[in-house]
Amino acid sequence: MAKRIDVSGLNVYYGSFRAVEDVNMTIEPRSVTAFIGPSGCGKSTFLRTLNRMHEVIPGARVEGKVTIDGEDLYGQNVDPVAVRRTVGMVFQRPNPFPTMSIYDNVAAGLRLNGVKKKSQLDGIVETSLKGANLWNEVKDRLDRPGAGLSGGQQQRLCIARAIAVEPEVLLMDEPCSALDPISTLAIEDQIAALKEQYTIVIVTHNMQQAARVSDTTAFFNIAGSGKPGKLIEMAPTPKMFSTPSEKATEDYISGRFG
Amino acid sequence: MATTPPDLDKPSTQLGTTRSASGVRLGDRIFRGSSMGAGIFVLVVMAAIGTFLLIRAIPSLTSNESNVLTTQNFDPDNNDWGIAALAYGTLVSSIIALILAVPVAIGIALFISHYAPRRLAVILAYVVDLLAAVPSVIFGLWGLRFLSEHILPIERWINDWFGWIPVFGGSVNSASSLFTAGVVLAIMILPIIAAVCREVFLQVPRAHEEAALALGATRWEMIRTAVLPFGRPGIISATMLGLGRALGETIAIALILSPSYAINASVLEIGGSTFAANIALRFGEIAETGRSALIASGLVLFLITLLVNMGARAVIARRKEFSGASA
Repeated sequence: MAKRIDVSGLNVYYGSFRAVEDVNMTIEPRSVTAFIGPSGCGKSTFLRTLNRMHEVIPGARVEGKVTIDGEDLYGQNVDPVAVRRTVGMVFQRPNPFPTMSIYDNVAAGLRLNGVKKKSQLDGIVETSLKGANLWNEVKDRLDRPGAGLSGGQQQRLCIARAIAVEPEVLLMDEPCSALDPISTLAIEDQIAALKEQYTIVIVTHNMQQAARVSDTTAFFNIAGSGKPGKLIEMAPTPKMFSTPSEKATEDYISGRFG
Repeated sequence: MATTPPDLDKPSTQLGTTRSASGVRLGDRIFRGSSMGAGIFVLVVMAAIGTFLLIRAIPSLTSNESNVLTTQNFDPDNNDWGIAALAYGTLVSSIIALILAVPVAIGIALFISHYAPRRLAVILAYVVDLLAAVPSVIFGLWGLRFLSEHILPIERWINDWFGWIPVFGGSVNSASSLFTAGVVLAIMILPIIAAVCREVFLQVPRAHEEAALALGATRWEMIRTAVLPFGRPGIISATMLGLGRALGETIAIALILSPSYAINASVLEIGGSTFAANIALRFGEIAETGRSALIASGLVLFLITLLVNMGARAVIARRKEFSGASA
């Protein structure tokens, strides 16, 4: 299920502005890769190119190559809709559909995929909520609005919604930045469990979080405002946080800037 | 109310010296008073209209020798009148208008808010707003002079193919039908519904649209999953605005219909009338009892409008916790 992602020579543009410059990286299956770096360094923008969500923003385009298990993400006949069914995403702010119940939120992606049978939906909703460690808290009120949950529960509901369609890769864009420390811990535990099945890429501003949850860390930086963001260094997390090869990485991690 | 000027030499231990005795700032009191006054004023106006209509309606209601609710004829001078045919004509023409206008209006609104390129969307939105401001007499004249000629073949066609359904049955020989009235009303209320729906669809949080897209929704699926459910209360409110305009429309209907006081199952046959058109057409010619009867019919229209709006409110409130208002 989990897949390897290869990125080579990737540039991201907003109109004529180059936001991300020449990224090359390999993301291993069944691992957690963390993107760290200062605000505006293009890590979220780059993350969105991994499931073509950047195309939602008018004027955004990429040059370069992204392959998932050898399949070109930007190939001529590749439908971005199909890509997003393979590469799921969890956003910075919890965004359950406010008009839907807890159950319907989790089932939303399945219904889009044409799953209609109640028994099948019931099973997947339960598995997904268990997978997001939310089942015990909500099993008695699946018909209540998803927006009525706490922030941390909402984010876990969004994770359940994302994994319900069984993606190959799960992208998380600062999933804990709007949550309190206890909810954050719950999500981090979740990430550790989910990597058994999925390739996970997480953007975070919290370096302790990157150190705790990820196997590999990538550091992005920006030379100055108006300049494109670049991948400075990517290495196994323990090495990144003890003996980074780049001076800039060390400065950032030790809190000397950014 | 008196406030003590702060003594600058001694440090003041008394906080909030600008507050009045009741502990509420003067500005807040004025604002609360004026907004509450505005709210009460609306209720008073509503009650005054209802009372006026009722008092003026009583003479004709007492002298009427027919059942006011079930009688189709409208002949107050001979104390033989009722609102059945008027209510039927009003509701049927408005329902036809809604059936035709609401889906098209939602389509226009979605096109402007989610499909059209930005520049085209701005122009279209402007045109729709302009159309919403066209006076109804223009629509009436257009319906009378232009639409009546061109809609007759269409009505004949519907009659030929679907005449076996009673609603489309009968013999079609004039365009002065409730169907034509409904079509003109539909065109009249289309812009206002489209304009309100567009505003509502633009309010859908980007985060919800992205959530749907990230699940692998196509644009239409995203609209079905995130935009339409979120916009549902707004769509209902917009429909009610349009319905209100359709129920009360006077001039356009008066110009199009050839009034007759009979309930005809076929919407394609000539005849029919509505409350508002009937009041406009007959107010000048009718004697004192007649005026009272017309006011009574106005009272019924007033009540129908109230009921429809209360129904719509109830539908919206039923799913309030799923409205997304808290998100």
